Amino acid sequence: MTAKHHLELTQVGIDFPTPKGPFTALTDVNLKIQKGEFISLIGHSGCGKSTVLNIIAGLHKATKGGVILDGHEVNEPGPERAVVFQNHSLLPWLTAYKNVELAVRQTSKGRSKAEMRDWVEHNLELVHMSHAVDKLPAEISGGMKQRVGIARALAMEPKVLLMDEPFGALDALTRAHLQDSIMEIHADLGNTVVMITHDVDEAVLLSDRIVMMTNGPSATIGEILDIELQRPRDRLALADNPQYNHYRHEVLTFLYEKQRKVESVAEHRKKAQGKTKANDASVA
Amino acid sequence: MSRAQTASLISMPVKSLNISSASTLLRNAMLPLLGILIFLSLWAVLAKNIDTSLGSFPGPSEVFTQAQVLIEEHGAQREKANAFYERQEQRNAARIAQDPSYNPTIRAFTGAPTFFDQIWTSLYTVTVGFLIASVIAVPLGIICGLSKASYAAINPLIQLLKPVSPLAWLPLVTMVVSAVYVSDDPMFSKSFITSAVTVSLCCLWPTLINTAVGVSSIDSDLLNVSKVLRLGPFSHVMKIVMPSSIPMIFTGLRLSLGIGWMVLIAAEMLAQNPGLGKFVWDEFQNGSSESLARIMVAVLTIGLIGFALDRLMLLLQKQVSWDKGAVLR
Ligand SMILES: Nc1ncnc2c1ncn2[C@@H]1O[C@H](COP(=O)(O)OP(=O)(O)OP(=O)(O)O)[C@@H](O)[C@H]1O
Ligand SMILES: [Mg+2]
Repeated sequence: MTAKHHLELTQVGIDFPTPKGPFTALTDVNLKIQKGEFISLIGHSGCGKSTVLNIIAGLHKATKGGVILDGHEVNEPGPERAVVFQNHSLLPWLTAYKNVELAVRQTSKGRSKAEMRDWVEHNLELVHMSHAVDKLPAEISGGMKQRVGIARALAMEPKVLLMDEPFGALDALTRAHLQDSIMEIHADLGNTVVMITHDVDEAVLLSDRIVMMTNGPSATIGEILDIELQRPRDRLALADNPQYNHYRHEVLTFLYEKQRKVESVAEHRKKAQGKTKANDASVA
Repeated sequence: MSRAQTASLISMPVKSLNISSASTLLRNAMLPLLGILIFLSLWAVLAKNIDTSLGSFPGPSEVFTQAQVLIEEHGAQREKANAFYERQEQRNAARIAQDPSYNPTIRAFTGAPTFFDQIWTSLYTVTVGFLIASVIAVPLGIICGLSKASYAAINPLIQLLKPVSPLAWLPLVTMVVSAVYVSDDPMFSKSFITSAVTVSLCCLWPTLINTAVGVSSIDSDLLNVSKVLRLGPFSHVMKIVMPSSIPMIFTGLRLSLGIGWMVLIAAEMLAQNPGLGKFVWDEFQNGSSESLARIMVAVLTIGLIGFALDRLMLLLQKQVSWDKGAVLR
């Protein structure tokens, strides 16, 4: 019964107060998520993806509708809905270990000291960060920081893991690495995950469902795409998979034709070509 | 410039490593020294040409002589005090030998305080005043930074009281202290309390304002982390608020201490409370031919102590700050 609607967003809408009156960012967002599902939110910049995530996290309060997790209404932030922030948001004055430990302290009342230490180390191990536990965030790379951020979130043993463009600031290689780690961890732990992304490949590779959002203001869910690819998924094998490419195409079509932001892909391409031509001319 | 130096300048690109260490040495040690030398020579030249009613303005050498005299005076006074206590002890011992039930009273030496006694008094006063202010201002600043409501409530008061010169408070503080602080065997003298409270009054504002600004400008992502972790108010302050606002808190503390030290000297002059300010005032009233040189010693001492206090705060900041790599100045 709980497995049916683990996390439920019903008629969620939010108005932000602005000097020019209320700004309706979201309206009528309805989404039912099952336990263990991996959901991606995709949409153009500024459409309200982060807002949806923050409402689930409890950091924003919906003006209309609401969020229900396992039968309880969500109305404040809490560790059962752990967030991985876009820019890692580690406390810069604490080492990787201490950052995770702070989360563990807050969430594990029954654990003994030794059990806590094991749990912190276990989670850092999960994201392959055991070698740098005593480093400050300033002393490790962006990808490593993001790993520690994920470890911190996982260590809270959340019912739902919320990730706001977790790999947005990383280079392609590091990103692929972390995507693989996330798939592994998701397969092991079976957390429910809601992840925001801008990257179509990432969305198709990781998700069970891709939630595509319309452009704001008054953004809502445009389409939901079920990804029925076998797990475990392998990025190399999928590259030539027609099913995979079909899904990619679906998402791209939604983003660049149905919800094109300012210009169509064709126009964009034309412009880009124009630019390179201009560049060539200037070189000549 | 010697020939060796010119040669090394020419070979700069070749031995760049060597030269760069030489040039940092130049920058770190030579340039300040040069500045001081220029200042001293300008002072010496200008001083000779300024005639006051107390003779010509003291140059560096006169001031140096007076500094030595002040040290000697201090030594002499110490000897006198020691001799006084020795005599008193002997007398008491003699009386106890005669009459074992005699309960000796120990009287304090009442010689005039020396220059160094006055330095000590001022340092002690500024420390106490500064600590009192900090103990009030830091927590209050944190509260103001955390809660918009309390900031709105306190802000008008801060804005009103901040620009008031603490010297304007001095008469009020003096009257209140003499009315309220009544005790048969006072632990602190009234003049000390008056000075310390005056220092506190001006040390309050920079710390309060900087702390409040520091706390209210904490990265919102870190605040979200705290919310998601459901940190309690105490953990929130200790784990998130304090570490991230340490730099601003220290900026406020250093400003406060600097202002407090300046104000203390003025307050001591004005209220005739013991301390360096009183020393300056007394010398001025004295009007002997050495007075100006002695005042100059005090002026330089005040400057040196102010500098040392600031360095001390910087050292403390380095100790408590988490960002060891940050350049603090
Ligand atoms: N606190 C706020 N006050 C006013 N408007 C806001 C606030 N937060 C978000 N908005 C507006 O709501 C809309 C959605 O913002 P949101 O941050 O959710 O977008 P997003 O989809 O996450 O964009 P991006 O992909 O660039 O991160 C934007 O138009 C934004 O200007
Ligand atoms: Mg966003």
